[in-house]
Amino acid sequence: MTDTHVLRVEGVTLAYGERTVVESLDLLVPPGQITAIIGANACGKSTLLRAMSRLLAPRRGRVVLDGKDLHRLPTREVARTLGLLPQSPIAPEGITVSDLVARGRHPYRGLLGRWTAEDDAAVARALDLTGTADLADRPVDELSGGQRQRVWIAMALAQETDILLLDEPTTFLDLSHQVEVLDLLTDLNRERGTTIVMVLHDLNLAARYADHLVAVKAGQVYAAGAPETVLDAQLVREVFAMNSQVVTDPVSGRPLVLPISRHHCGADRREPVALGV
Amino acid sequence: MTADVVVAGRVRRARHWRLTVSILAVAVVVAFALSLMIGRTFYGPEEVLRVIAGQTVPGASFTVGVLRLPRAVLGMLVGFAFGLAGVTFQTMLRNALAAPDIIGISSGASAAAVFAIVVLQVSSATTASVLAIVAALVTAALIYVLAYKDGIVGTRLILIGIGISAILKSLVSYMIIRAAAWDLQTAMRWLTGSLNGATWSRALPLAVAIAVFTPVLLGQARHLDLLRLGDDTAAALGVRVGRTRLVVILAAVALIAFATAAAGPVAFVALLSGPIAARIVGSAGSLLVPAGLVGALLVLVSDLIAQYAFGTRYPVGVITGVVGALYLVFLLVRVNRSGGSL
Repeated sequence: MTDTHVLRVEGVTLAYGERTVVESLDLLVPPGQITAIIGANACGKSTLLRAMSRLLAPRRGRVVLDGKDLHRLPTREVARTLGLLPQSPIAPEGITVSDLVARGRHPYRGLLGRWTAEDDAAVARALDLTGTADLADRPVDELSGGQRQRVWIAMALAQETDILLLDEPTTFLDLSHQVEVLDLLTDLNRERGTTIVMVLHDLNLAARYADHLVAVKAGQVYAAGAPETVLDAQLVREVFAMNSQVVTDPVSGRPLVLPISRHHCGADRREPVALGV
Repeated sequence: MTADVVVAGRVRRARHWRLTVSILAVAVVVAFALSLMIGRTFYGPEEVLRVIAGQTVPGASFTVGVLRLPRAVLGMLVGFAFGLAGVTFQTMLRNALAAPDIIGISSGASAAAVFAIVVLQVSSATTASVLAIVAALVTAALIYVLAYKDGIVGTRLILIGIGISAILKSLVSYMIIRAAAWDLQTAMRWLTGSLNGATWSRALPLAVAIAVFTPVLLGQARHLDLLRLGDDTAAALGVRVGRTRLVVILAAVALIAFATAAAGPVAFVALLSGPIAARIVGSAGSLLVPAGLVGALLVLVSDLIAQYAFGTRYPVGVITGVVGALYLVFLLVRVNRSGGSL
C-alpha cells in the first residue's frame, strides 16, 4: 500500500438535469490523509463524492486520478485504486457476511472469474481488520446496524484500494458505533496508509477525525485545511447559517462546535441545579 | 484462522449450489419423462425410449413421437425461457414484482398476436408469432423510455409496466369481444398460454433463441449479482451498470418474446420461478440456471395437472395462473406487513 495515488477535482460543474448542484469546484485530496467533507443539507457534498467516485460525469471540468481523467480510465482499473461505500448499500436477502465481503474482490477477477487463494486471503484480512470474522457465516440481514456497517466497510476493504470514499458512513448509528466506525477508518489510514475521503454530518466528529476538512457551501468549497485552522465560529455561521462558539475539545484537543440556539442559551440559560442537597 | 473459515464457507456454499441444481435438473428430467409416459394410454420407459431412438412402435410412435414429445420439449423450453428471463428482471430491478409478465412485456406480445388474428385476419401462425416478438421488444422499449429519468429506478419501471400491461389487456378484451367466433379459438391461445398443438416447428425458433441468449445472460451473471448491491456499489466495484442493464434487458426480452410466441403468455411462470429457486438454492450462488430449471419444472408439472387431473383438459396457463395468483397475493401481503414499498 502506498499513498502515491493523487485524486484531484479540477473546475468541476455537476448537475442533475437542469439543476446545477456544484459549480466549477476545485479540490485536492491530500494523499495518505483523512479528509472529511462537511456542509449543510443539499449543499452538494454527496454529489461531489459521487463525481469523485465516477458515478456522476461532470458537465464541465474533470476529476483526475494520477494525472488521468477518471471518466476515461477503464472501470476495473479505477475499481482497483478507488473504493466507494455509498450511503445506503443494499444487502441481498439471505447473503452471508463472507459472501458479501467477497463481492469486493470483483475488480481482481479475470474473464473466467477464477477465485484465487489471494482472494480468500484478502477477504479474511478484511474480516479480521473490521472485527467481523466471528460473523463470517451469519446472514447480513440478522446483524445490528453497527455490525452491518462494519461488514460493508469490510467489503470495501476487500477491494484493497488505496483511496476509499465513504458517503456518511455513520448515519443511523448510535454514538458509540459512530466512534467505533471512525476509529476503524483511522486504523486503516494509519496501518495501511489508505487515503480516506468521507462525507460526514456531525461537525464535531469530522473535526476530531479529519486531518483535512473541506467545508462546502452552495456547490463551492468555502474553506479547506486542518480543522484547527479552518473551523471557527465564522465558518459555522457562513456554512451552516448558525451561531456558535468554537472551543477546544478537552478530550481530543480538536475544535468543538457549541451551537448557540434560541433556547437554553444566554438569558434563557438554566443554572446548574445542585443535586443531593 | 479466518482464511480457513472463509474458504470452508465458500466451498460449503458452492457444494450446496451444485447439489441443489443437480436435484432440480433430475426433477426436470423426471417430469419430462412422465410427460412422455402419462396420458390416456400409458407407455413404459422402454417403449418411450424406443420411440425416441427412432424405432416404430405401434401406437406409441404416433402418441409419444408426434403428440407428447414435441409438447414436452416445448413445455420445457418455454418454462426455462420464462424462468430465466423472469429472474433476470427480478435481480436487475431488485424486486420480486419486476417479472416480465407483470410489467407488460408478455401482454405486448399477446396484444399484437390477437390484433393480427382478429383484426388483420392473419392466418399464418408464423406471422402472428413474428408480430408478437416485435411487439414484445417494442413494449419493452416503450416501458424503458417512459420510465427513464436520470437513469432507471425499479419501482417506477414496475408501476409504468403495470399500467402499460393494463392498457394492453383492455385492448385485447375489446378485440376479443369484437372477434368472430372462428377466430376466438386461435386468439385464446395468446391469452392464457397453452401447449396444445405443439409441433417441432413451434419449438425450434425458441430452442435457437435459448441457445443464443442463455450464454449472453450467463456471461453477465456476475455483474447481475453485483447489481443486487445497488447500482452505486456495483459501479464502484467496476461494473458498467448502464451497459450491463441494456445487454441483459435485450437478452431477457428476446427470451420472453420467443417463449410467448411459441406458447402464449403462460401465466406467472416468470414471476414464480425466481423466488422458488431462491427458496431452494439460497443465496449461495447465481439464480439464473436454477430459476430456468424451476420454470421448466413448473410448466411440465402444471401441464400434466391441467391435462389429466380434471375431467376436461385445460390449457397449462390456467394452472400456473392459479398458483401464481396465490403467490402474488402472498407477496403483496408480505410487502404490506413489513411496511415496505413495492
